Amino acid sequence: MAEPVIRCRSLYKIFGLGPADLRVDSDGVVAPAILEREGVVAAVNDVTLDVSPGEILIVMGLSGSGKSTLVRCLSRLIEPTSGSVEIEGADLLAMNDRELIDLRRSKMGMVFQNFALLPHRTALENIAFPLQMRGMKRRDYVERARDMIRLVGLEGRENNFPRELSGGQQQRVGIARSLAVEPDIWFLDEPFSALDPLIRKEMQDEFLRLQSLLNKTIVFITHDFDEALKLADRIAIMFNGSVEQIGRPEDIVLSPATEYVARFTSDVPRERVLRVGSVMEPPGDDENVADQAVNVSDRIEKVVEYVLGQRLPVPVVDDGGAVVGVMHQAHVLKILFPRSSPPETVNPD
Amino acid sequence: MNQAFLHGLPPERRLKGYAWLGTILFALVMVKALGVLPGFLDELPQHLERSSIDTLGDAGKEKYTELVPFDLMLDRAFDYVREDLGFSVVTRFVSRRLKELIGVFDNILRGGNKGLGLSAPPWTALMVIAFVLGYSLKGWRLAFLSGGAVMYFAIFGLWKFAMETLALLAAAVPISIVIGLLVGILAYKRKWVELALLPILSVAQTLPHFAYLIPVVVFFGIGHQTGVIATIIFAVPPMVRLTLLGLQKVSPEILEAGKMSGCTSSQLLFRVQLPSARNELLLGVNQVIMQCLAMVVIAAFIGASGLGYRLLNKLQSLKLGQSLEIGVAIVLLAVVLDGLSRAWAEKKRDYTANLPFWKRFRYPILMVGMVSAAYVLSQYFPILHKVPRDLTVTYADTWDGLVDWIVLNWTDGLTNLRYFLIANVLAPLRDTLLYMPFSAVLLLVGGLGLILGGYYSALLTLAFLVFIGLVGWWDRAMITAYMVIFATAICIVVGIPVGIWSALSERRARTALFWCDTFQTFPSFIYILPVIMLFQVNDLSAIMAVIVYAIIPAVRYTVEGIRDIAPELEEAATMAGCNTRQRLVHLQLPVAIPHIMLGVNQTIMFAFSMVIIAAFVGTIDLGQQIFKALSETNIGKGVVLGLCVSFMALAVDHLVTRWARERRQLLGLD
Repeated sequence: MAEPVIRCRSLYKIFGLGPADLRVDSDGVVAPAILEREGVVAAVNDVTLDVSPGEILIVMGLSGSGKSTLVRCLSRLIEPTSGSVEIEGADLLAMNDRELIDLRRSKMGMVFQNFALLPHRTALENIAFPLQMRGMKRRDYVERARDMIRLVGLEGRENNFPRELSGGQQQRVGIARSLAVEPDIWFLDEPFSALDPLIRKEMQDEFLRLQSLLNKTIVFITHDFDEALKLADRIAIMFNGSVEQIGRPEDIVLSPATEYVARFTSDVPRERVLRVGSVMEPPGDDENVADQAVNVSDRIEKVVEYVLGQRLPVPVVDDGGAVVGVMHQAHVLKILFPRSSPPETVNPD
Repeated sequence: MNQAFLHGLPPERRLKGYAWLGTILFALVMVKALGVLPGFLDELPQHLERSSIDTLGDAGKEKYTELVPFDLMLDRAFDYVREDLGFSVVTRFVSRRLKELIGVFDNILRGGNKGLGLSAPPWTALMVIAFVLGYSLKGWRLAFLSGGAVMYFAIFGLWKFAMETLALLAAAVPISIVIGLLVGILAYKRKWVELALLPILSVAQTLPHFAYLIPVVVFFGIGHQTGVIATIIFAVPPMVRLTLLGLQKVSPEILEAGKMSGCTSSQLLFRVQLPSARNELLLGVNQVIMQCLAMVVIAAFIGASGLGYRLLNKLQSLKLGQSLEIGVAIVLLAVVLDGLSRAWAEKKRDYTANLPFWKRFRYPILMVGMVSAAYVLSQYFPILHKVPRDLTVTYADTWDGLVDWIVLNWTDGLTNLRYFLIANVLAPLRDTLLYMPFSAVLLLVGGLGLILGGYYSALLTLAFLVFIGLVGWWDRAMITAYMVIFATAICIVVGIPVGIWSALSERRARTALFWCDTFQTFPSFIYILPVIMLFQVNDLSAIMAVIVYAIIPAVRYTVEGIRDIAPELEEAATMAGCNTRQRLVHLQLPVAIPHIMLGVNQTIMFAFSMVIIAAFVGTIDLGQQIFKALSETNIGKGVVLGLCVSFMALAVDHLVTRWARERRQLLGLD
């Protein structure tokens, strides 16, 4: 596996405390007793995670769970209290102002929940802003910004001010601005939460389209589990500043690590999360199976109608066409509806 | 402990608190009436004998028996700074540079053979500049208003004075803006600067205009450029305040976006923070212009020439008709400058990069064209260059006639009203306040502080009043207080109902707000004029001037408070079947009352500021003494008196805003 782009170890952010106030043991872990004694709550509490190149990591949690603080620690908009963050092997927390500015000008982009567009600049000028800060020549940055406008589909809106754009269009500008410097790392802080549901769906598709083109390393914050499931390669679930579980959507739904995660995932429509691979059983030897096979990486949502319509178990094949498993209808139903129970026996008297 | 320090009594115990306070006060006054109140609780040592109050006009014999000779200490301190520290070198330097700067603008506007040796521009050139500026910023209305104002200066023979005032403004406004910006930015960046500045800004906002003049005169002497210095000092605080506010209001996300775009800290300031604070900054510019204009008029008292000086001259020789014409010129200037700067601030910037040259610069091109035309035409028609003296228009005689008519026909009625008011309302109110033992007043204010805001409020407001007591101006302060109380009461009784009536229909509300806006742009000194015309110079005119000026915020805040109620609330009231009266009593007034109280607070602040200016038409309060200090250039006395006014205003301000804020929180409006 490739070296992680972001590597974060035992990260803490405790508002109101400086690094000097903390006693950290050799693993970088702060004893909970210290927090209790000081009467403070850690906004980010002992977070350790890696983000691999080209991966979409979704950080998911309710408001106040520390997810926004975490992403700001990773971009050093907020100074972490203790722990370490490495960006492509370089120690982020040891950088001086100059290095930090250089890093942001070349490697990082960020999208904000309320768009954070500069009100006095047009769409084009907003997109060009990071390029201008970098000292690019006018001709070049205008050209590049026009490319970005095309990329996010805002042709014809170049000269509009933010107030003249709809929420969805504003966020397109925000996205274009964050991508203008061609960053490797892309932070998105609840980018679609302020949008209407329909626009949100449209923007999620747009996001996936962009990612298929650009293949960035992404940390994406959301409080919407459906959004997380739709976009994520991996999901980190945060609660009270700690990461409760981090893993692929299937793993989180099928084997929640904690009570909290279990509660969180209990209402998830499983057919939309799980793939055929996670509900199949090993192929039997001489079983009678249906004639048509399903692909191991299909979502259950897609194949469920066919599978449940068959009387025989359905074979599962991989991309090469080799049979890797078999789906039994009873098993599929059990996984999809874990909470259903047999009907109560009714006494006839 | 903390609870009692920062919070007043809980609502359910307030009534009891007020009752107790009233009882103790009553007891104290009774004790005095029975003649058993010890002297040291009754009257403080004062500068002036109390007996001097009733001999109108005579300022009374001076004696120095105040408890703390704060004025003398200030005198020494200022002397030390000026003489021993050699501050006069600095002041002379500043003075000289300023004089040169004003000279430059003077030369541009009025011609003169210095500088580039240009002759004065024709008035028509200025007129078309104003016209095009007005049109490009807002439209025809502002265009005609601006052009018309310039024309008014020319044909009413006020050209020279108007240009002098403009030159003063041209020097004072940019300097004030730059200083305000720098200080505001510094305060934003350094917390301790902000903490140190806030109380200074509060005092600066409530210090009477004249109190500013005295130190300036002492340090810079009398003269044209001194007026500019006073003006700058007066106009900087609002710019500082708005710069700070604007910067603090920039959303953290925008800051983060700037940082993530790789801004250095200076890029962040100049390309993200300041532009994002644009609205507040431009509002600040507007404020600076208006403050400067208000002060430029008042600076006439220390020798700033221009419209204000002319007005003062004519007023002092009671040439009311001419005064009125000058007053109109000042008002026009104010309305035009306010209109232009406001329109500029609200102007939507259009993206013009794609337009052809002539379209992009159509207004500058138009302006250059019209100005050239004005120059050329004025060569052939001299009247377009300068309106000769014998062709200027004046209606002064008509106005004087009107005033005479008023005096002839109304004097009896007005005199009767005046005697009635003085005998039955004003004098008793004044005497009550003077009769109150000082300890009772302290108790009242401290007690209110304790009930409304806890020990902190009590100590703060008490400290303000104790200062007045210690420096020996208690009686005069009570006289100022009585005028403010009376004027405020009238403003409440008249202004709030007018505001309510206006707010009930959208059209009336807009009209009311328009007039409030317009009247508020008038420099406060102007309000003296109509009052003198109607009531002549006497003690009632002073109070009338205060009322006319201070009623504006009472009306405005009432209209705003009622209009800004959330539409859902109004709909809920409609669906509950409220009629107009029920809606007013059960919804609009209760919800709007905190905002209305802020209006009352503004009314009180306006009254304090006007009551001092009104000393010009004869009062016997702190204002009169400030005037006296100004004519004696008695710096210590002047500053101390100014602080007395400021502290009284701040004490009231603290209590009222405290109440209003708490009430808003209680209603969940914040």
